[in-house]
Amino acid sequence: MTRFLPDEFRIPAIGAGVIVLAALLPLFDDGFYLAMAVNIVLYAALCTAWALFSGPTHYISLATAAFFGLGTYAVALGNELLPFPLLVALGAAIAAVLAGFVGAATLRISGVYFVIFTLGLAELVRQIVSWAQVKWSTRMGLYVFTDFTEAHIYWMLLALTAAVFLTGWLINRSRLGFAMQIIGNDEAVARHCGIDTARLKIILFMISGAFIGMAGAIVAPRYLYVAPPSAFNPTISFLVVIMALLGGTRWLWGPLVGVIPFTIVMEFVSANFPNDTSIVIGIVFLVIVYVLPDGVTGRLEQLLARMRRTSTASKAATVKEAA
Amino acid sequence: MSAALSVTTVRKSFGGLVAVNDLSFEVERGELYGLIGPNGSGKTTMLNLISGALQPDAGEIKLAGATISGLAAHRIARLGVARTFQLVRVLPSMDAERNVMAGAVFGHRSLWGAELHELARELLALVGLRGREHVPVVAMTYIDQKRVELARAIASDPQVLLLDEWLAGLNPSELAIGIELIERLSRQGRTIIMVEHVMDAIRTLCGRCLVMSSGRLIKEGGVAEVLSDPEVVRAYLGDDDA
Ligand SMILES: Nc1ncnc2c1ncn2[C@@H]1O[C@H](COP(=O)(O)OP(=O)(O)OP(=O)(O)O)[C@@H](O)[C@H]1O
Ligand SMILES: [Mg+2]
Repeated sequence: MTRFLPDEFRIPAIGAGVIVLAALLPLFDDGFYLAMAVNIVLYAALCTAWALFSGPTHYISLATAAFFGLGTYAVALGNELLPFPLLVALGAAIAAVLAGFVGAATLRISGVYFVIFTLGLAELVRQIVSWAQVKWSTRMGLYVFTDFTEAHIYWMLLALTAAVFLTGWLINRSRLGFAMQIIGNDEAVARHCGIDTARLKIILFMISGAFIGMAGAIVAPRYLYVAPPSAFNPTISFLVVIMALLGGTRWLWGPLVGVIPFTIVMEFVSANFPNDTSIVIGIVFLVIVYVLPDGVTGRLEQLLARMRRTSTASKAATVKEAA
Repeated sequence: MSAALSVTTVRKSFGGLVAVNDLSFEVERGELYGLIGPNGSGKTTMLNLISGALQPDAGEIKLAGATISGLAAHRIARLGVARTFQLVRVLPSMDAERNVMAGAVFGHRSLWGAELHELARELLALVGLRGREHVPVVAMTYIDQKRVELARAIASDPQVLLLDEWLAGLNPSELAIGIELIERLSRQGRTIIMVEHVMDAIRTLCGRCLVMSSGRLIKEGGVAEVLSDPEVVRAYLGDDDA
C-alpha cells in the first residue's frame, strides 16, 4: 500500500491544516472572538517558544517579559524609520542577543539561581527603559501608529506560531534536539558524550528569546501607546510559565493544550471578576503544581502507559493460558 | 611514539582531603591497565580527572602526547576518552538503541541517520543485546543497563576507555560473560583502564596494574608481582573485596 505521507510528516501536515483553518477565522468574526483568538495565538507562540528551551532543560525562565518588551520597543521606536518586517527581525535579534548574554552569564549556575536571575533581569531591563525614556524623551510612552487591523495582527501571530512549531519540529529531528534530550536525561553523561552542554543551552535560549521578541514586535501596533509597565509586564512571564506547565512541555504541542483553555477561562474571569484576576491565576498555579506536575499531556501519557500495560499484561495472561 | 595516556604528578583535594596525591603513571596503546585500591582510595576521582569531570589542582594529563588536563569534559570526550560510571548511568527516557546512539553523534565519529542506527545495533549485539534495541532502558536489568552503558562508551570509538567497576554487582555467570566481553574489546586493540574490586578479573585481564591507597600510588607493575606484594596485601587488609 502506498501511503499519502510518511509517518513523520503526518503531524506537520495536520498542523498545517489546522493553521489554514485558523487563518479563516477573521472572515467570520472581527470582534470578541477575534480578540480572544489573538490572545490564544499570542500565548501559543509565547508558550511554545518558551518551552523550546525550558522543556528540555527544565530551566524556568521568567525573562519572557524582557524579550517581549524589547520586541515591542523595537517597533515603538523604529516605527517611523524602518519597514515593519525589518523591525520584527530587529526585535528578534535584540532579544536573541540579550538571551545570549543571560545564557552565558547564568546557564552554568544551577536552576534555582537561573529563575531568580531571569526575573531580576526582566525587572532591570524595564527599569532601564523607563529611566532612558524619562531622560531622553518628554513622554513616558510612545505612540505606535500603523495601518494594521486586528485581523492583520492575528495572521502575523498565526504565521509566527507556525514558524515556532516548524522550528521545534526541525530541532527535535536534529542533532541539537537529540543533544537536548540527552542533557535533559543526564547532563554529566551528555558532557562525556562530547556535548558542549553550556553552548547548546545558550543557542536554544537565544532561539526561544528571538521568537518571544518577534511576538512582542508583532503585537506592538495593538497597544497604540507603548509604555514600560505594559510592554515589560511581568505577568506575561508568569502566565507563560503557568500555561506551558499546565499543558506540559514534553511534547511540542503540549503548551497549546494549556494555552487554549486557560486563555478562554482568563477571558471569562477578567470579564466577570476584574479585581480578582491575580488570585485566580495564583490558585490555578497551585493546582497545576499539585495535581498536574507534568501537565495535562504528561498526565494523559501516564494514563495511556497504564492502559497499555494492563492490556499487554492481560494479553500475556491469555497467551500463558493458551500454552 | 607517546603513551596512549600519561598522568604526571596529578593532585586533587576536596577541602582538606587529598583524594589523589601526586599520582603518575603511563598506559601504552592497546594496554588493558588495572587501577585498584581499597574503598575511598581515589580511583574514581582519578577517572574523573582523566575524563574532565573534575579538574586537577596540579599535574598534567596527556592523551597520545597532547595535554588534556584543564579541558572541559566534552572536549576531552571528543578527543577520544570515553567512560562508564561506577553507578550505572543510562538515559532513562530512551530505549537501548538511542542510549548507544548518544555516544556516536557528538564525538569525532559524528554519525547521523542510517549509519548511526546501524552502529548502535551492531554494538548492542557486541555486548550481548541483539534484538533488544527498542526496549526502554528502565525496563532492563542491572547487567543489561551496564551493557548499554558500555556500548554507549565504545560507540564514540574512543582512544582510551575508562571502566569504573564495570563488573561490580554481577553474579558469577554474568561475571564470566563480562570478563570475556572486556577481553574481546581489548583484543580489538582498545586502550582500557579499568577500576575494579574483583581481583580475579584483574588477574585474568590486565597485564599491568596500579594500586592506590589514600590517594597515593603504593605499587605499580605486572599484575602477579603487584598482587603478591606485602604492602599491597596490607593495604587491602580489612577490605572484604580483596
Ligand atoms: N566530589 C567530591 N567531593 C568531596 N569528596 C569527594 C568527592 N569525590 C570523592 N571524594 C572523596 O575522595 C575520596 C576518594 O573517593 P573515590 O570515590 O575516588 O574513591 P574510590 O577509590 O573510587 O572508592 P570506591 O572503591 O569506594 O569506589 C573519598 O574519601 C571520597 O569521600
Ligand atoms: Mg569508586
